[in-house]
Amino acid sequence: MRRAPALLVAGIAIVAAWGLVALAAPFLATHDPIAINFEALLQPPGDANYFGTDNTGRDVFSRVVYGTRYALYIGLLGVLAPMAIGMTIGLVAGYFGGWVDALAMRLVDVAVPFPFFVLVLAIVAVLGPGIENYFIALALVGWIGYARLARAEALVLRQSEFVLAARTMGFSHPYILARHVLPNALSPVVVYMMTDITLVILFGAALGFLGMGAPPPTPEWGIMIAEGSFYISTAWWIAFFPGLAMVMIGVGFALIGDGLARWLRLRA
Amino acid sequence: MPLLRLILARLVQALPVLLGVSLVTFVLMAASPGDPVRLLVGDRATPEIIAVIRERYGLDEPILTRYLVYLKNLLQGDMGASLRYRVPVTELIASHYPVTLFLVLYTIVLSLPPVVALAVVSARNQGGLADQAIRLLGVLGLAVPVFWLALLLSRFFGVTLKWFPVSGFGDTPLEHLHHLFLPALSTAIWVVPILVRNLRAALLDEMGRDYVTTGLSKGLGRRAVFRAHVFPNSLLPTVNLFGIIVAYLLGGSVIVESVYAVPGMGKLMVESILARDYYVVQGATLVFALTTILVMLATDLIAARLDPRVSA
Repeated sequence: MRRAPALLVAGIAIVAAWGLVALAAPFLATHDPIAINFEALLQPPGDANYFGTDNTGRDVFSRVVYGTRYALYIGLLGVLAPMAIGMTIGLVAGYFGGWVDALAMRLVDVAVPFPFFVLVLAIVAVLGPGIENYFIALALVGWIGYARLARAEALVLRQSEFVLAARTMGFSHPYILARHVLPNALSPVVVYMMTDITLVILFGAALGFLGMGAPPPTPEWGIMIAEGSFYISTAWWIAFFPGLAMVMIGVGFALIGDGLARWLRLRA
Repeated sequence: MPLLRLILARLVQALPVLLGVSLVTFVLMAASPGDPVRLLVGDRATPEIIAVIRERYGLDEPILTRYLVYLKNLLQGDMGASLRYRVPVTELIASHYPVTLFLVLYTIVLSLPPVVALAVVSARNQGGLADQAIRLLGVLGLAVPVFWLALLLSRFFGVTLKWFPVSGFGDTPLEHLHHLFLPALSTAIWVVPILVRNLRAALLDEMGRDYVTTGLSKGLGRRAVFRAHVFPNSLLPTVNLFGIIVAYLLGGSVIVESVYAVPGMGKLMVESILARDYYVVQGATLVFALTTILVMLATDLIAARLDPRVSA
């Protein structure tokens, strides 16, 4: 096996570091993330408040630290349902072909013209704001990318010798799908998932930014950026630091995706 | 004549998609909480008025009939009325749509030069320092929250340097270009990495073909082979990507227009969601999808013109 590329390792290290921040948030935070302090409004970054304070005197550093929990929660949980649904539809469609495949692909055709974020917004509009409803919206529309990838893999795998051999030996279709097709179709899906986590975190924060995500005063980065946007010309630090944190965590996942893709291609 | 036949064939193929798209928007609306008529006419309406509206939108009919009524109204250009502005949804969309269209085209124009330059440099130095740097820039572009970047750009170029206005659309085309520069730039930073990645892959694909070896062995320079053969052949996959990219840009416009207070479809949609103005949300969603379908049809036809192998 080839040595893992440096960028992949860097990505894993970044994500692991943020995981630690999320776990150790109570120890890292210097203040209560939702405690209002009218004696320290809009304080610039300094010794008392590393990243300054916002318009109600809350400590931006502590809010960014606690926000890590929301970002990782949204990113990691948000991709699970789309991946499970997409892989199931894609693998079944690609493996069996015929009308099952035709039906699944028509479904994909209908979903493709909708801008992803517009559809997520429209669904959240119907269900009401909140992270749980964001997850439901993701489950409804996020599966498409996974389904396309899994279908493409299954189309090739169904013709492979080991699948044909398993068929001749009399194994059932569900067994072959689970034990032979699924494991071999996993790599491109995992690569896609890493990029998807970045996007799910970004869109989740965008929902918070637009006032349709978690309710304030949750220390969520999108909400913090929205609150900071009103003070961007006088107190830039309120919006700047949560965004910077989001870039770093996103780069971590994107590097893992990019690095994995290359590594898998090199091995193949 | 084959072009006309191709257009017809693609239109027929698009029919089920159009039906599906209308069904999705219908279900969105049917699933919204609250009585749309109550929302539409307010609390003081007489029962007679309510009955007339229920009749017009077929709200007392079974769900399938309601869908057919919705389709019929759509075909007649009736998307309902805005609860907030008391005007037909089509009127609102007609006034907001050109702004977003302008923004999307502007973004594409801004994106193309860097995309071509970065992809060509990247592909010609595969694995080299420039390629690695461009790849890292792509990773960064993917991870940057577009609304945050938009905020920083407006603060720096708008407030500090005062080069560009921080909001609005302006009145003349020249003012539009000035007002929408930062919004278009913010969106461009978001799509350039995706396009670079695709064009680079296409270029590398073409560079490995036999005709490149043929060209080189008959004495053509690398540069000549690249310009005359590799580059034109690599454009097709990127053209095919355009429908998806436009969908992407429309999705991005929702966020960027909110940051820069650009009076386009995205801002209309976000405000309508927050105001529970459901008919506008439904109409906007539908128009976004229709735009993407049209662009996909157009790219299909362009691809067919560029490459005779693509057929119905």
